[in-house]
Amino acid sequence: MLPGYPDAAPLAGLAGGALIGLAAAVMLLGAGRIAGVSGVLARAVGLADGSMTRPAAWAFVLGLPLGALIVMLLRGGLEAQFAGPVPLVIAGLIVGVGTRIGSGCTSGHGVCGVSRLSQRSIVATVTFMAAGIATVTAMNALGWEILP
Amino acid sequence: MIRATGVPLASGTLFGGGLALGGMTDPARVRGFLDLFGAWDPTLAFVMGGAVLVMALAWQVQRRMQVPLFAEGFSLPERSDLSPALISGAALFGVGWGIAGLCPGPGLAALVIEPASAAIFVIAMLAGMGIARLIGK
Repeated sequence: MLPGYPDAAPLAGLAGGALIGLAAAVMLLGAGRIAGVSGVLARAVGLADGSMTRPAAWAFVLGLPLGALIVMLLRGGLEAQFAGPVPLVIAGLIVGVGTRIGSGCTSGHGVCGVSRLSQRSIVATVTFMAAGIATVTAMNALGWEILP
Repeated sequence: MIRATGVPLASGTLFGGGLALGGMTDPARVRGFLDLFGAWDPTLAFVMGGAVLVMALAWQVQRRMQVPLFAEGFSLPERSDLSPALISGAALFGVGWGIAGLCPGPGLAALVIEPASAAIFVIAMLAGMGIARLIGK
């Protein structure tokens, strides 16, 4: 908890972030690749070409829920509030199109690219953060409640 | 096969564990971060900060390596142009991220937390990726 921010979990956030950084480091130093979830997922399902083999892409993709499952079991459950089906479909479609056109998401641009000081990734990260903040701010202003 | 898939599996598992530990598999927490002008929840900034710090060290190590530990060579993006596609795609992604509080990694990781909701998001996301492929990306 941070003063003034009752819901914040800075220590868990830092620890989780360090694990994510370690994950990306394992991919970079072990396999010589960027741990970018949207790109690897597209590669796994055959929606992207690339030098990564599809079994390797699937291994990364399946690791994501596996890692979450391990943490969930260790902690005896995880809190999560999801939007309803209609916003999930709309959001999923937009995220799918946007991440492919923009060549990456929070992991590839936000973590791997920003830490490399890639100009493209820094611009992409600032752009999607600003668009995300604008979207949530606009939805709140319009009273569009999406989470229960 | 094990050599080729072991590294990505380890990376994905650490990644999913980190997302869950950092609270990023909870869309409410992610939207709390994007609610900068409302009830702001800064947790995501700590997640990003921790990840970027560790990864910045990894890039320093990478610069001193000729080849990766378990592959023939590095396969890294080298583009530096700020194309309209980069910016419009990122803006679009940000809108979708804001609507449901989910980006690709947490969407996949949450398949074990809220299977039905996460599956709806992931299937729609794959459809979106298919649409992007059709329009030439």
